[in-house]
Amino acid sequence: MGATTTKIVAVTGNQAVAEALRQLNPDVMPAYPITPSTGIMESFTKFVSDGKVDTETILVESEHSAMSACIGASAAGGRVATATSAQGLALMWEMLHIASGYRLPILMALVNRALSAPLNIHGDHSDGMGMRDCSWIQLFSENAQEAYDNTIMAYRIAEHKDVRLPIAVNMDGFIISHSIESMTFIPDAEVKKFVGDYIAIDPLLDIDHPKSIGALVLPDYYMEHKRAQHEAMLNAKKVISDVSAEFARLFGRKYDLFESYRLEDAEVVLVALNSAAGTIKDEVDRYREKGVKAGLLKPRVFRPFPYEEVGAALKNAKAVCVMDRADSYGGYGPLFMEIASAVQPHRGPVLFNKVYGLGGRDLMPLDVDQLIDETIEVAKTGKAKMVKEYITVRN
Amino acid sequence: MKQMNWKELPHAGTVLKAGNANEYKTGSWRSLKPRWIEENCIQCLFCWVYCPDSAVSVKDEKMTGFDYDHCKGCGVCAMECPGKKGNKAIVMEEEGK
Repeated sequence: MGATTTKIVAVTGNQAVAEALRQLNPDVMPAYPITPSTGIMESFTKFVSDGKVDTETILVESEHSAMSACIGASAAGGRVATATSAQGLALMWEMLHIASGYRLPILMALVNRALSAPLNIHGDHSDGMGMRDCSWIQLFSENAQEAYDNTIMAYRIAEHKDVRLPIAVNMDGFIISHSIESMTFIPDAEVKKFVGDYIAIDPLLDIDHPKSIGALVLPDYYMEHKRAQHEAMLNAKKVISDVSAEFARLFGRKYDLFESYRLEDAEVVLVALNSAAGTIKDEVDRYREKGVKAGLLKPRVFRPFPYEEVGAALKNAKAVCVMDRADSYGGYGPLFMEIASAVQPHRGPVLFNKVYGLGGRDLMPLDVDQLIDETIEVAKTGKAKMVKEYITVRN
Repeated sequence: MKQMNWKELPHAGTVLKAGNANEYKTGSWRSLKPRWIEENCIQCLFCWVYCPDSAVSVKDEKMTGFDYDHCKGCGVCAMECPGKKGNKAIVMEEEGK
């Protein structure tokens, strides 16, 4: 624990992330409001009006323009952030690839929300999973504290010279973004010191050195550019670990590539992202009290995905239930596909996949109990009766 | 020219040297080639103005010929050329003739 004086506050997830952004004090913040991320911009534009940040906000006419303005401002040499959800992120899609291809360390607060149609404003991970292949670093957060901490760490990861990729910090819409939780903020001066100054690589506003970005690259060079981008993503894993270790040393909260909850000797394991992990931890505790060796693996870093580490953590489990809050229709859930790839080199556990919580449907403790019961059964028989199945759905 | 491998590329593929498009030859796919007929040229420089590339060579405010490393043979210069007394100073000819 560092010399940090901690004060416990009660805030929503959106307020927590807005506070992190105030402390990070980006140069430019282009955004277009969309539920449930609107609260971040509401709070942040108030900071701007009150003169609490030096940030120039650009209120644009669409999310495509928001991400385009992020790219322009970042290429110019600024530290840049934005916030969005669901359809807003979907509208950014084209520009998400430009941001990563230009290797711009833009920070996005992504408040996870279900994609339409049917129109729905509540939390699931279909938006975040939709940007899986856009070469953005993706961090997931169980609660407001984690969303705040991940946001504080984001620029250190994205701006590292071996990485230089954009980064998205995910948290669940409404469940976290609009719920008040107790958490602690790090004092401004300590955040400032931890994050440090931004030194852009080849900024366009360095007018003594004229340059051109976004040039046409044909088949003779395109693959070399993409290979370099792949390397940056591979490098990100170590940088995330290093930055998280430094964060833990200074501020006392420890984050790994994924959280292992009572996983060490676990035979039946649930895997889930974001807020569902909170409910699952309670139920894991209950089953542990009954003598069941239950555990949870909660990925924090989804891109780059820590295959070797997750594989090693799961290799001694008997059965693993991977819970997806998004579907890849006609395929397995996106998280399941990653976990299957991770355990594949080992003579690993039996895996099965449950799709839950779409469009913000609640995951209740009893639902988790049913999953743990089923996982116990699969561990016993060594066979899953169905690889992928929707749960809490009316049949 | 030796091609760079992925470790040698400039960060993010940024073009760091102004005007280096001049080193990238793009004239090889031309099928029609402009030929300059100097005796018909009134040095109006319409060809230089209209060229969508920078393939008309000019020295001391005078047209001196074409940069065939970059001319793609679009024919705009020949079309716009007023020539002298009805005789064009630029005519398009098939490559390889």
